[in-house]
Amino acid sequence: MRIEEHPILGVFEKGPKVHFTFDGKTMEGFTGEPIAIALRSNGVLIHRYTAKRNEPRGMFCAIGRCTDCIMVVDGMPNIRTCIEPLKEGMAVETQHGNGPDLSRGKP
Amino acid sequence: MAADSTKTGFLSQKELKDGKGIPSETRRRKGAVAVLECLEDIPCNPCESSCKYDAITVGEDITTPPVLTEDNCVGCRSCLPICPGQAIFIVDESLPDNMAAIEMPYEYRPLPEKGETVIALDRAGQKIGEAVITAIKQTKKMDQTATVIVELPREWSMTARAIRLKR
Amino acid sequence: MVCAGAGPAGLAAAVEAAKYGVEVVVYDENDRPGGQLFKQIHKFFGSREHRAMERGFDIGNSFLSEARELSVEVSLNSVVLGIYENGALNVMIRDRIEHVKAQCTLVATGASENMIPFPGWTLPGVIGAGAAQTMANIHGIRPGKDILMVGSGNVGVIVSYQMLQAGCQVAAVIDAAPEIGGYAVHAAKIARTGVPFFMSHTIKEAHGKDRVESASIIEVDEDWKPIPGTEKQFDVDTVCIAVGLNPMNQLLRMTGCKIVDSPVLGGKVPSHNLNQETSVKGVYVAGDASGIEEASTAIIEGRIAGLAIACRLGYLDEPEFLKQREVQLKSMVGLRSGSHGETRGKAKQYLNDTMRMQA
Repeated sequence: MRIEEHPILGVFEKGPKVHFTFDGKTMEGFTGEPIAIALRSNGVLIHRYTAKRNEPRGMFCAIGRCTDCIMVVDGMPNIRTCIEPLKEGMAVETQHGNGPDLSRGKP
Repeated sequence: MAADSTKTGFLSQKELKDGKGIPSETRRRKGAVAVLECLEDIPCNPCESSCKYDAITVGEDITTPPVLTEDNCVGCRSCLPICPGQAIFIVDESLPDNMAAIEMPYEYRPLPEKGETVIALDRAGQKIGEAVITAIKQTKKMDQTATVIVELPREWSMTARAIRLKR
Repeated sequence: MVCAGAGPAGLAAAVEAAKYGVEVVVYDENDRPGGQLFKQIHKFFGSREHRAMERGFDIGNSFLSEARELSVEVSLNSVVLGIYENGALNVMIRDRIEHVKAQCTLVATGASENMIPFPGWTLPGVIGAGAAQTMANIHGIRPGKDILMVGSGNVGVIVSYQMLQAGCQVAAVIDAAPEIGGYAVHAAKIARTGVPFFMSHTIKEAHGKDRVESASIIEVDEDWKPIPGTEKQFDVDTVCIAVGLNPMNQLLRMTGCKIVDSPVLGGKVPSHNLNQETSVKGVYVAGDASGIEEASTAIIEGRIAGLAIACRLGYLDEPEFLKQREVQLKSMVGLRSGSHGETRGKAKQYLNDTMRMQA
């Protein structure tokens, strides 16, 4: 999936290689690149399942506008993975519906 | 009835015949010459600016498709990598043994190697036959647009417009 | 001067105004400037003055160096939330909100992609053409192996070529219209590698369980109605949508400026005069936000706005401003001519006219 040598752009500059987990599975990516890109390079295209009909969704606009790529990252839901930079040790999970409820003092 | 380029994406023989950037067979037999396959009225004139021999004319209205003055063209190939539409080719039909050489822009990787046999494709991307790479050019001035020169039978000189690597 | 948007129009305006001494801040919601410019890896058309032969990202880089030299402040990760009366703006910079007062404001926020809904459109693997460019040219990753391109305008044919350069296969380019919308030379580049064009065809369905596994297209008649029995299927893992852009000028609608519906220019656009000024004094617009055109026209519009702002603020006297504006307007004429440019030119003229009609 990754382009080794691009005819016009040459070799893409990337940060240091890091490890992260996707639904518990360890994967490799590069520091600073969007989480969604690291996932795609590992063959992962499904980011979440919709709340009502449990349908698979993934990256669509790739610039942080459509929110189809949101996932749970380090426990936080609704992270736009197409613009969120990857860090060493990040825990990325498929988001189901609205993800974990982080509100406190529920009635 | 052959569909034209607005439906197929490639120029038909009829459209090419009406083109003012296409050199005659007589001129092509004399040596390398530019073939300008740009027939649309888009505002663009780097080809005219690049020619030092007054062989390409666009004029004041930059939407005019380029006109080739074939007797002024010396086949210096300055125009080829300049064209943003990659619509210029250099054709040389003066080779012995009924062969011709075509220089075409190439912006893919991997680059072919000198001596490599490749497949020559026509404007519709259909295979014509095999051709041999005789040169690859890549200079800083060309700004990442490499060119390849292929040698192939002369009768393909005005149909072969792309290559596919065999590997 | 505050500019919302650090794409070609915004950067060109900022550099021009700063040349005359205007203090400029450019806000951009992205984490890098340049808008769509850095994804354009092809050589631009036009003439030398239009920076023809230069690749989009090279033009972007040169603007950024100029901006740096002129001390233009480019604030990234900054979303302009609203424009209020008297030049007040609220900007969200990461997680704080700043209240900014500007004497002149330029909105150069570009455009958003259109979409067509069809069965299977939500499947992973259906992406916008902009996304394909971003993935390949910014992040160095192939969006997929086999791509079906929906839309044959310049975005569709240029991105198809970029997909080939990235090492993907393009199964076909389709368009519901009977003729290819983009430049013939862009289409020729991909046709000669064997990519077929299917005009008068629309996307019928994207098939697959969890992701795109194949896609089917269907022919349409003159009334755009699908013709049963004309379905064709392609084994692709990616469906790329390139069906037009829509000017993103919501910020301007807040100001109450006059908005006009222009199908040719992509949707609702603000009326503006030859100085790129809207019907609200001190508020300017440039680039795709004022009508879908090209990077080259965005740059010229940006320059004109920058000059006009410099003049309005007293940094540039009127005779010199008019002289400079004339140079830019003359340069624009070439770009708005020919069968592609003429229609846009007329639509832009209409925008100028609606300003004059304003009471």
